[in-house]
Amino acid sequence: MYETVKYEVRDHVAWMTLNRPEKLNAFTTQLNKEVRDAIKSAQKDEDVRCLVITGEGRSFCSGQDLSEVDEETDLGEVLRKNYGPMMKQLESCEKPVIAAINGVAAGAGLSLALGCDFRLASDKASFVQAFIHVGLIPDSGNLYYLPRLIGHAKALELAVLGEKISAEEAKDLGLVTRVIAADHFMEEVEGFARRLASMPTRAIGLIKRCLRDSWHMDFNEYLEKEAQGQQIAGQSHDYQEGVQAFLEKRKPEFKGK
Amino acid sequence: MMNDFSFIAVSVENQIGWIELNRPKVLNAINRPMVSEIVSAMEAFDRDDEVRVIVLSGRGRAFAAGADINEMADAGTVDMELINQFAEWDKISLIKKPVIGAVHGFALGGGFELALSCDMLFAAEGTEFGFPEVNIGVMPGAGGTQRLTKLMGKTKALEWLWTGERMPAKEALHYGVINRIIAPELLMEETMKFARKLAAKPPLSLRLIKEAANKAVDYPLHEGMQFERKNFYLLFSSEDQKEGMKAFIEKRNPKFKGK
Repeated sequence: MYETVKYEVRDHVAWMTLNRPEKLNAFTTQLNKEVRDAIKSAQKDEDVRCLVITGEGRSFCSGQDLSEVDEETDLGEVLRKNYGPMMKQLESCEKPVIAAINGVAAGAGLSLALGCDFRLASDKASFVQAFIHVGLIPDSGNLYYLPRLIGHAKALELAVLGEKISAEEAKDLGLVTRVIAADHFMEEVEGFARRLASMPTRAIGLIKRCLRDSWHMDFNEYLEKEAQGQQIAGQSHDYQEGVQAFLEKRKPEFKGK
Repeated sequence: MMNDFSFIAVSVENQIGWIELNRPKVLNAINRPMVSEIVSAMEAFDRDDEVRVIVLSGRGRAFAAGADINEMADAGTVDMELINQFAEWDKISLIKKPVIGAVHGFALGGGFELALSCDMLFAAEGTEFGFPEVNIGVMPGAGGTQRLTKLMGKTKALEWLWTGERMPAKEALHYGVINRIIAPELLMEETMKFARKLAAKPPLSLRLIKEAANKAVDYPLHEGMQFERKNFYLLFSSEDQKEGMKAFIEKRNPKFKGK
């Protein structure tokens, strides 16, 4: 079904692997579209309760494939047509999304990771805001996410200086959730993903919704948003189950409904 | 009569008359019989003492993705004049009770016009509005250019009418096209909550307020003020006015009867 990504669902986790290893998983128009479609599938599939995005080979994603663009290309249109829709799709996903950063995440590859909820990094991973080195600005939502994740000053440092940072440095910045030794990276990612997939998925989605909207709402609006969120959560099976399990002193079995 | 519909579903609960567009397989594309059914149902609710507020929504993935194009594709000007299909639509604006639209997914073309015929609009987050008519060589014909322009002003309305692009709910909220944006899961629950709140108000006041507010859109200020005043005086022959003011003085909750 896809040519540039691998997509499979196991145990309620959707695994999407960017699959152009010979090109360090660089984005082409086709890859942009397939990432978007795969996110959509994961969103629609009721069986899926967590999405993992990772890269085939030694890199996570190296950003735009430069062989597809030249000086004549209208880069604004490339963003509007290819990257914007992909990032909007990711932003609209209410299921938890993990970026499993197995290697270098550069340019728009880094942006993709920033749009995810959790960044789990292999100790071989590295991060680079490559844009400045070719006279461009970080795109695909990059400068939207970055200050929200690590603050304005650090976001500016990374974007302007464009220095490559290691997984450990990224951890210190608060950019990644966890650094994992390369030799058991996928194993740990799998464990983390399964844990998320067994949690109350609706509540996670509503938490994402509230956090996202809190950035552009005033307090009163936000409180109404929160009330609606809790109203929805309060109607979920998982809430019933959570309370029931608590009363019966057993572990809850959440269904993501 | 109320159960005879093919293209809509209707029900009454808690003094709220609910009309749902019911062609989910075609995203509730609006055809002529559907409009006639909506109008019949609304007129029946308008006369029904059990109903105080009317709610209009769509079943399935969208409120309504547009008018049924197949119905019109081969028509000529004279056909359109003789069929006079929009005369039916115009009757919606004669409904006296409050009509609240609850929209989700898409409200496009005729679907947007139908939404704009409601007095108030609640939209699920993510709802998109638009008039794509321009893309098929026509234009809105059931009030779209008039109602949208009166709501947003000409400059903004033209942008949407000319480009045919989809207006996000936020933009619609910003320009006063809709009243509020609600989490999709709660659209009907919250709309019904609001409808119940209105249903508890004195129906004659609601009715005459609606009439006067509509005049404000069409009349010059002076004529509108005269109209308002007559409606204000008119309410003084209602039982609910006597009850409302008496209850206020006696510091108790009023019991309104709609008389």
